[in-house]
Amino acid sequence: VRAFFRRIGATFSRKRADTELAAELKSHLEMLTDEHIRAGVPPDAARREARLRLGGIECVKENCRDARGIGWLEDLWQDLRYTLRTLRDRPGFAAVVLVILALGTGATTVMFTLINTVLLKPLPYPDPDRLLAIHCLTDRFGDTFGLTSFDYRDFKQETKTLVGIAAWDYGGGPVTQPGVAEYAESRGVTWDFFSVLGVRLKLGRAFLPDEDRPGGSTVAIISERLWDRRFARDPQAIGKTIIFAGRPYIVVGVAPSDLVIGPSTPDVFTPFWQEQTPRIQNRNAYMAQVLARLRNGYTVQQAESELALIGAQLKKQYPATNAGRSYQAHLLRKDMVGDIRSTLLLLLGAVSAVLLIACVNVAGLMLARAVSRDRELAMRLALGAKGSRLVRQCMTESAVLGLAGGALGMLGAVAGLRPFVLLWPAGLPRAQEVRVDWTVLLFVAAVSILSGFLFGLAPAWRAPSRELEQALRAGSRSVTGNGWRLHTGFVVTQIALAVVLLVSAGILGKTLLRLSALDPGFKAANVITARAAISPGALSNPEEARARWSDFVDRARSLPGVQAVSLADIIPMRTGTNVLTYWNSPAVPPTNEQTSALADCVTNDYLRVMRIPLLRGRFFDERDRLNSQPVVVIDEVMAEHAFKGENPVGKSLWIQALNRSPVLVIGLVKHVRNWGPSDSTSQLRDQFYYPFSQVQTPLIPFFSSVMSVAVRTSGEPLSILEPLRKAVRGAGGDQVLYDVNTMEQVTSASLARQRFLMVLFGVFAGLALILACVGLYGVLAYITSQRVPEIGVRMAIGASGRDVVRMVMRQSVGMILAGVAIGLGGAVGVARMMPRLVVGAQGLDALTISLMTSLLLLAALGASFVPARRASRVDPMKALRQE
Amino acid sequence: MGEKNEVWQGTLALMVLKTLDVMGPQHGYGVARRIEQVSENLLAVNQGTLYPVLIKLEQEGAISSEWGTSDNNRRAKFYTLTKTGRKLLQAESQHWRQTTEIIDRFFAPDAGKA
Repeated sequence: VRAFFRRIGATFSRKRADTELAAELKSHLEMLTDEHIRAGVPPDAARREARLRLGGIECVKENCRDARGIGWLEDLWQDLRYTLRTLRDRPGFAAVVLVILALGTGATTVMFTLINTVLLKPLPYPDPDRLLAIHCLTDRFGDTFGLTSFDYRDFKQETKTLVGIAAWDYGGGPVTQPGVAEYAESRGVTWDFFSVLGVRLKLGRAFLPDEDRPGGSTVAIISERLWDRRFARDPQAIGKTIIFAGRPYIVVGVAPSDLVIGPSTPDVFTPFWQEQTPRIQNRNAYMAQVLARLRNGYTVQQAESELALIGAQLKKQYPATNAGRSYQAHLLRKDMVGDIRSTLLLLLGAVSAVLLIACVNVAGLMLARAVSRDRELAMRLALGAKGSRLVRQCMTESAVLGLAGGALGMLGAVAGLRPFVLLWPAGLPRAQEVRVDWTVLLFVAAVSILSGFLFGLAPAWRAPSRELEQALRAGSRSVTGNGWRLHTGFVVTQIALAVVLLVSAGILGKTLLRLSALDPGFKAANVITARAAISPGALSNPEEARARWSDFVDRARSLPGVQAVSLADIIPMRTGTNVLTYWNSPAVPPTNEQTSALADCVTNDYLRVMRIPLLRGRFFDERDRLNSQPVVVIDEVMAEHAFKGENPVGKSLWIQALNRSPVLVIGLVKHVRNWGPSDSTSQLRDQFYYPFSQVQTPLIPFFSSVMSVAVRTSGEPLSILEPLRKAVRGAGGDQVLYDVNTMEQVTSASLARQRFLMVLFGVFAGLALILACVGLYGVLAYITSQRVPEIGVRMAIGASGRDVVRMVMRQSVGMILAGVAIGLGGAVGVARMMPRLVVGAQGLDALTISLMTSLLLLAALGASFVPARRASRVDPMKALRQE
Repeated sequence: MGEKNEVWQGTLALMVLKTLDVMGPQHGYGVARRIEQVSENLLAVNQGTLYPVLIKLEQEGAISSEWGTSDNNRRAKFYTLTKTGRKLLQAESQHWRQTTEIIDRFFAPDAGKA
């Protein structure tokens, strides 16, 4: 707004300077005239003489304006008005250019906005670049993300480089009072958690050190969301009681709703150390997610070397557990974003290719137009316009188009941003922070100007270098020749870029096809799964909890339309793992030689629900009870590892965490692709199942917090959901299902990122193909229209329509093939990167190449056939008369 | 042509400064007349070229302007030499003298022999 006023001011003062100058010159003229009259010259002649002495008034004014040094601004203003006028004269041209540019910049803006927020913007906490995440790396599992509670405690005591180090743990349960029962995600957080992050509570206070220990008073902090729902934002909520996971908690604080911890925003916070779960007491459970704030004056590297030092001490102190562990600190920002980086960069690359095609396309259009204006430009040169002035005018025109296109694209991006973020599979990290800010605006402005410059360059460059005399003499026939080479270059560039995008889309499409054709190892149709929570009141009594679970399964099974019901702590392709160490002889092997497997605790009907084929032996049944022989069923991968292909049924295994080793292998089942598309490359592929009925009674409450239920139905699985919810609610009405999914949704979600990428690449490639074909069509139509007289002559001396078609097609095929050749070179490069960027993607193959190339060839030949045909219909008489 | 013009404009500016120095506040017409008189009409100045020079000098702060009334009762813009202008004039005339001296030496009858 201020700039606007300043400009008005400048115009105003320019006007004043002009009037002053006019007055001054007038008085000069009068004095001169006076003098001549005094010398005896008649007034008329005197006036004439005076004019001559002064020179042309307008010319003097012009020189003075130049001297004032604002000439360029006036020129700019003139150019702007001229541009707008010429664009208004050809609204079709302007519209096409604007739409193409808006598409290009719009798509680029959306991608940049995401990258800006997710990868570039600092976290919304004070001094975010001192916030670290600390991970534990183990020789066997790789990155475990969390630390054991013991390691965390030791680090906290020893550290000098960290000013604060806090831990949190996942949790959740039903909130049953006040209001109706509903599941809430929770986090156990250490008392200093909020202060380390630098988050201010909306209301109340954080935990006290005294509350954050076993036996401390049961207090909780709730989210603003929950406060709103359950207490209607009543400030008196502080001090009230909520029943969470069956235990009463006194609310001491309200935390902001947008506080993302791990993958989501929790509703309940409880003190970390209060509950002495088996996990927190296990020296091998990596359950504490640790974040820390760097002390002023220390670097991440220093913190990391300190971690290594303390880690080495721990290793000496606890060789049994800490042998293969090392620790890593990195910025929390990077930690939150995870592997999204490669996806975003891949998409940005694709989008930039589209933008580039758009620019080249517009450049072709602009050039064609510039050529048709050759005579005008030549005329202006002849009348004394400076070459630089013409260049400036051309650049002004393209800058106007670029900025207008950018503005349109920006509008589109703002409108499309939200829907796009929501479409992002499995949630974009920091999604709630995504918005258009100054950085994005600057980016759009830069992109628009740059693209304007890019496509304005060609016409501007040739503007002053016209063979002026020749152009004027050429009459209605435009001089071509040079222009063709540039045009050809544009077409080749567009086709090459389109080929790169098409082949990339082809690779992704093939990846998706291949991955979805893989047998997951189970039959996903007609299975519904949900996390389940039994009555919280039953948890204090493990015996009762066990009875509750069996009652839970019975209730579900009794529903009509239900074929089989099973509990499981791990559902394939969903989050949640339990990795246990095993060996196949009584002697415990050294830690680094132990092997591990995914352990799934299930009930007897699990195979029937999932339809996992049993290869040998039997699955669990009533014979497997708490005090009978402990049994497991293993999958083929584990059998291969543990028994080298021998029949595993009847053999023994020693499994560290199942206390009553050895366990007897009673069955062999098919492998399940638990990790979805990355299963075949996963470090951990061994799987075994153990019966829920043999879980030690004291452990039942812990298992109760992780169990899911899986139900096979005879019909549409989702239709059973409501009856199922009602059936399992139980006597107290406080048993709930949450995280409900059909297995088909789960398997499809495991490919969501690949599918998402493929769809986007498909759209981009389609766009690129259309743009490239339009560009090709435009250029050919233009070139042939320039050659109409020549074609007329050819036909007059006997060329047939077919000859003309052949002639035009030959020209276009040359351009297309050159583009394809260059494009394939680029595609090879992209294909080499693809497997690193997209899980499950493979390199280039002949089928993809030939399919995509022929698609492009077909489209491109189609696009060039139309102008060729039109050329062949030229009436020789008319064409010759045009001369 | 561009080069000649530059030299010419530079010297014109110097003449304007000197004129204002000698005559005190003066309008554009007066300056033009005076330059022609001093040069004894050897210089046929297109009087129009004077105004861009005046504007430039004013922008540089060497002269300032004010509307006033001329001897024969016409409104005219009067230019005055400023302090900066005086300094500039001193420096420039020094420079000019040096230049002409050097040139003179070249054209002296025994130049080149020494």
